[in-house]
Amino acid sequence: MSSLFADPGSASGYFGDFGGRFVPEPLMAAVRELEDLFTAAWEDPAFQAEYHSILTGYAGRPTPVTYCANLSQDLGIELYLKREDLTHTGSHKINNVVGQALLTRRMGKSRIIAETGAGQHGVATATAAALFGLKCTVYMGAVDVKRQALNVFRMRLLGAEVVPVNSGSRTLKDAINEAMREWVACVEDTHYCIGSVMGPHPYPLMVRQFQRVIGDEARSQMHEAIGTDPDFVVACVGGGSNAAGTFTAFLESDAAIVGVEPAGGAAVGRGTPGVVHGMRSKFLQDEFGQVEEAQSISAGLDYPGVGPEHAYLASIGRARYEAVDDAAVLNAFQVLSRREGIIPALEPAHALAWVLAEAGAAIPLGSRVLVTLSGRGDKDSEQVAEILGGA
Amino acid sequence: MTAVSIPEEMALEARLRSRRAGGAKLLVPYVTAGLTDDWVRVVEAVAAAGADAIEIGIPFSDPIIDGPVIQAASQTALERGVTPASALAELGEVSVGVPLVAMTYCNLLFHAGFHRYAGWLEEAGVAGTIFPDLPKEEAGPWAEFAAGKGIANVLLVAPTTSEDRARAIAAESRGFVYGVGLMGVTGVREQLAASAIGVAKRLKSVTDRPVLIGVGVSSPLHARQLAPHADGVVVGSALVKILADGGGPEGAYDFVSSLRQALDGQ
Repeated sequence: MSSLFADPGSASGYFGDFGGRFVPEPLMAAVRELEDLFTAAWEDPAFQAEYHSILTGYAGRPTPVTYCANLSQDLGIELYLKREDLTHTGSHKINNVVGQALLTRRMGKSRIIAETGAGQHGVATATAAALFGLKCTVYMGAVDVKRQALNVFRMRLLGAEVVPVNSGSRTLKDAINEAMREWVACVEDTHYCIGSVMGPHPYPLMVRQFQRVIGDEARSQMHEAIGTDPDFVVACVGGGSNAAGTFTAFLESDAAIVGVEPAGGAAVGRGTPGVVHGMRSKFLQDEFGQVEEAQSISAGLDYPGVGPEHAYLASIGRARYEAVDDAAVLNAFQVLSRREGIIPALEPAHALAWVLAEAGAAIPLGSRVLVTLSGRGDKDSEQVAEILGGA
Repeated sequence: MTAVSIPEEMALEARLRSRRAGGAKLLVPYVTAGLTDDWVRVVEAVAAAGADAIEIGIPFSDPIIDGPVIQAASQTALERGVTPASALAELGEVSVGVPLVAMTYCNLLFHAGFHRYAGWLEEAGVAGTIFPDLPKEEAGPWAEFAAGKGIANVLLVAPTTSEDRARAIAAESRGFVYGVGLMGVTGVREQLAASAIGVAKRLKSVTDRPVLIGVGVSSPLHARQLAPHADGVVVGSALVKILADGGGPEGAYDFVSSLRQALDGQ
């Protein structure tokens, strides 16, 4: 089983039945070049050294694992948080964009484009572009531009152009469509920096590898803290990059692995197999295969599909995928803030909401639970304040 | 209606080769299925105006290689309740006398399954398929299944496709080879991209299969410019724009006639 998980550059690009490379022919040369380049770079000690030195000296890694004494007492479990909220730019997205920005430079390309939902990946991409002197354009659904105004300002401050996307549902899926369309027209000098473990091969594998630092750090930190692996490893799943980066380190451990999806965007939980955005995976779609809109309080999880590795992990039973509704997420957002003094992003508040709901039930009392806190909640504060009436 | 295989005289490649052998340049206009109530009349008008085959665009929710015109047309058709099954059923009610080619994205194929999808195509008398997001490496199983029904699966070659790869794609393509004229999405362009002629020349040097160039081929002038280098052209957005603006079957007839005349050297 291990070769399927840990084989960067695997020729097929498939995780079991999921993955592949379903791109229009104009993009084929670029994704093949990217695959070759990534495979070579990942094996190159000089690339690894530069990547990790930027993660350490610029992005603030390693991030700590925090033991939540108050909530652990409340819930009757031991709760640990992997603190991706403490990275530069405030979410795990920086891990991936540093890697892809280095690849962009290796390819001799001068421009980077990205899609973004909550804006975290857009901010991270704009940040890396500023650092590496790359031009940057970020595509963002018009709905998300409105609900994530702070991140739009941050991206522009960092020198990126933000393009609101008005087609389709005007959220993340449409931003991806638009970024792909733009990429076809400028692939010669532009790299498309996909923000999650999705899209055509090699993206799901490549982004997973750039995010696995989360899980690799967390596993050794857990061993230091408790001398063994946690009983549960929990992360939120939209496209699924923080989850994939976390889970990878624990796939061969005895830990139960749980991905938490928004009830209105549960592609693993209630999606069906399909081919969209360059990959065979699971998607919310109608009886004819038209893609449906996801509905979630969290712009970052508002995606009707999921990365192919998650569809695969679910299919072989190695990970389970649960859904939580918006009300539970809002509650978790407040509980973590009040009990631990940590304001989470709405995305990882999904993972916390599942833990809050299941401690003492699906999670036996006394269990040691690791949750990846993929980002901080500043960007969501205004939106939540509106919903809660300024609470 | 019982499903029947495509009759030999309507087979896509045989038809195009025969027209080419007769000295004609090939014209394949594109119509979005279900864009308007009278879209089937539009298909008839396009055939009457001198199309050698007609591409029928089955609307999909996430058309990643389509520009604003076809995106909007697809959205309109979907909002009108068009499904692959309903569009193809409507098409089955008429006989236009030229081969039809269904163009859409491969999720609709995989979601329906090969048997069901091929059944719709057969009932509609469709002779070929184009899935721009189903590249050579992933197209094999469908191409083989379709071939068993007499349906040709058309593959695409782009300006960035190497010569060796173009040769391999042309060998596996059926019906014709679709040369993508520029690096970009479908749409109306003022000028013909230099890459369109480049792709045509490269393809003609590696295959005897009919070579048609589409994407960014928008006007009689573009068709005339390509005629010496390719076997023909596919014209999509420019026609769909006329239909979206209310041109109807008459507008379609006039525009396709002008393309026909340009290709015929008139």
